Amino acid sequence: MTTTSDVPKAGFRPSQLIYDTRYRSLTIQVIAFIALMLGLSWLVSNTIANLSALGKDFDFGFLGQRAGYDINQRLIDYDSGSTHGRAALVGILNTLLVAVLGCTLATILGVLAGVLRLSKNWIVAKLMAVYVEGFRNIPLLLWILLIFALMTESTPQPRDFREGGGASMIFGDSVAITNRGVFIPAPHWGAGAGILLAVFLLSLVAIWAWRRHAHKVQEQTGRILPIGWGTLGLLILPTALAFLVLSATMGRERQPVYVTGAEAQMSLADYAAGPGAQGMNVCAVPGSTEALNLRRLMRSNEARFNLVAVEDNAAAIAAAEAGRCNIMSLPGSVDPATLPAGALALSDDIARGLPVEFERPVLGGFNFEGGLQLRNSLIALWLALSLYTGAFIAENVRGGILAVSKGQTEAAYALGIKPSRTMRLVILPQALRVIIPPMISQYLNLTKNSSLAIAVGYMDVRSTLGGITINQTGKELEGMLLLGLFYLVTSLVISSAMNLYNSRVKLKER
Amino acid sequence: MKKSVLFGALTVTGLAAGATQAATLDDVKERGELNCGVVTGLAGFGAPDANGVWEGFDVSVCRAVAAAVLGDPTAVNFVPTTGQTRFTALASGEIDMLARNTTWTFSRDTDLKFDFAGVNYYDGQGFIVPTELGVSSAKDLDGATVCIQTGTTTELNLADFFRNNNISYEPVPVETNAEAQQQYLAGACDAYTTDASGLAATRATFENPGDHVILPEIISKEPLGPLVRHGDNEWGDIVRWTLNALIAAEEFGVTSANVNELASAPGTNPEVNRLLGTEGELGAMIGLENDWAKRAIAAGGNYGEIFEKNIGENTPIGLARGLNAQWTNGGLIYAPPFR
Ligand SMILES: N[C@@H](CCC(=O)N[C@@H](CS)C(=O)NCC(=O)O)C(=O)O
Repeated sequence: MTTTSDVPKAGFRPSQLIYDTRYRSLTIQVIAFIALMLGLSWLVSNTIANLSALGKDFDFGFLGQRAGYDINQRLIDYDSGSTHGRAALVGILNTLLVAVLGCTLATILGVLAGVLRLSKNWIVAKLMAVYVEGFRNIPLLLWILLIFALMTESTPQPRDFREGGGASMIFGDSVAITNRGVFIPAPHWGAGAGILLAVFLLSLVAIWAWRRHAHKVQEQTGRILPIGWGTLGLLILPTALAFLVLSATMGRERQPVYVTGAEAQMSLADYAAGPGAQGMNVCAVPGSTEALNLRRLMRSNEARFNLVAVEDNAAAIAAAEAGRCNIMSLPGSVDPATLPAGALALSDDIARGLPVEFERPVLGGFNFEGGLQLRNSLIALWLALSLYTGAFIAENVRGGILAVSKGQTEAAYALGIKPSRTMRLVILPQALRVIIPPMISQYLNLTKNSSLAIAVGYMDVRSTLGGITINQTGKELEGMLLLGLFYLVTSLVISSAMNLYNSRVKLKER
Repeated sequence: MKKSVLFGALTVTGLAAGATQAATLDDVKERGELNCGVVTGLAGFGAPDANGVWEGFDVSVCRAVAAAVLGDPTAVNFVPTTGQTRFTALASGEIDMLARNTTWTFSRDTDLKFDFAGVNYYDGQGFIVPTELGVSSAKDLDGATVCIQTGTTTELNLADFFRNNNISYEPVPVETNAEAQQQYLAGACDAYTTDASGLAATRATFENPGDHVILPEIISKEPLGPLVRHGDNEWGDIVRWTLNALIAAEEFGVTSANVNELASAPGTNPEVNRLLGTEGELGAMIGLENDWAKRAIAAGGNYGEIFEKNIGENTPIGLARGLNAQWTNGGLIYAPPFR
């Protein structure tokens, strides 16, 4: 008791906050916290003061105002009369589209390159090394611009596809590669498409059940069922069968074309030359086979027309009643009493169409029409993002594989397991736990890097909300905050989804 | 108590930041240099020459303001801006003024909080297409792919024009004129649309300008002029009256050749005397020396000289004065009186 008299027993002196290691770290944290808060509040008040000095207010009302600009790639309905909020949504969907496409391709490329870089084949391994180093070490923006420039400068213009222009379509005239993008056949959905889709979904379920069953059998009896063939068969056969049956039944049906202001049993050619000459407006459901076949009929009669998009048959009738269109095709089953007043069937009719039909792009006035346009901006951005990120993923994959001890391979070989199975069943499952966490960062990088889109004129959310909208409304702060919020939320969603996956594949230790 | 001190201090800092932003003239004088936002490159309007010296119709406005304020037309720091970055650059104070064929519109003036100093070019939006396409009117462009600079009024006009005429088009957004030119020449778009003056300037740099036609339709009014931030009226006055001085100089026959002589002693026209500072105290009224206008005119000549030298009929761009003639010649260019 007497010997320890110099040890302070009780009482707290302020100097302890600095000199006593028990309190010092707390002190430092509190000071750092206060400094941070001060900094933040200075930033906020400075912003508010400067905004009011500029006479600007802070509000998000601009999202409800008319945007006034057009966007070329829209996954949802949008035109210049829509709001800035909707323009932002169109941009968001475009960002997500390129992010999903990019992450998928980057993963495929990365896994391939990572595995092949470890190949025993010298040429293959070196080629992969060149790919990885080439893409990792050159800025992404350069790759985007380079690929875009290659695609616009080295491909023909649509008008070169005319007679004598020197360019021609590939794959039996169904795909055109132009400097405005690649035009591919577009699917149109007809009667029975819903059934077809249901069959396809059911076969997916069947595939899942089959694989489970095969695993169970293998675990219980050691017998290996043909998983691959079974999957392939289930994937294709039921859907193909359903398609054939539906085509043979419903697809054969023909349905009349109704017009207003014609005489009974007139042909389309006569109608186009006569009553329709002042203007032919076709009411049709976009993307349906009926619309496609009606358009084909119009084209084969060389009739010029406008397409009035409607939701369904009832809307088509209503639009015709309102005088917005004078031509439409309805199934024969439609009650004649509901037909628009004065509508008569032409002598030409159309096929109702198969459950799914592909419309090939054809050269129209300035561009290819029909078909689906994959714009060069999308392709360039997609390829560049995938190739670039794929190079990083390849390194993650290689690292993951190298992290699995060589003994595992040797043990597998000793058991007589084939090399491909060894990779798939022994090495990769163990490597995944090393590969997944850095992969999450790569996906996040890819998504955020997609904001370089404006360099090639791809209308992502940075170009719509963070570009044109900000520019037209002067709401820089609000726009940038929203943009930041969007990327934050997207990143959090991606990383939590990947973390879920990670915890599923992570090595379960006993 | 501590809290209120803190917040008080913050408010003062905030106000101080606001206040410093308001006195652009002092900032410019202190810096000894004018930060002027210009295009990234548009022949005749604003582009660096072979030696990297910026020149052009809009650039001359920057030089005239620098001459009026600082006495040195070369004391300008040119900041290239795209259609999208220009307003942020001006609003944030990165530049003191913007002289970059920018259209004076209601919302830019009011909602975006800028002040337009006047109009130095009355323009309208047009289309350029390859002659080969055989298009003679913009209404024939149904289904065409059109290159368009993002963040411009032209983008909005284009949407309205096609909508009103009930025809469709595919917009290809580009950031700069150079990019648009490259895309257009590669045939990635069928037509390029922007201010007609910009089209003429762009076409002048083509290898075969004759292979391209500018369509007759002018689909909008595009009064282009220099602008400043809203709220600093003194600075706005300086830019406005420098532009007016250039315009008035042309009206009264004051040129870069005779301005020094005319300014050496009062002449017969009292308005010229007041303009050149040999009579009255106009300079002091806007916080500048009395020979401010003389210096602005000496920098690159009067409005007419600037026009002829950069974009006039004897240049490759070859624009006629048209609407941009002096009001005395049937145009719209008109300076309010100097008195
Ligand atoms: N006057 C329009 C358009 C202005 C504009 O962007 N013009 C183009 C072509 S005339 C330009 O100056 N481009 C030069 C560049 O890209 O830097 C506006 O104010 O929105």
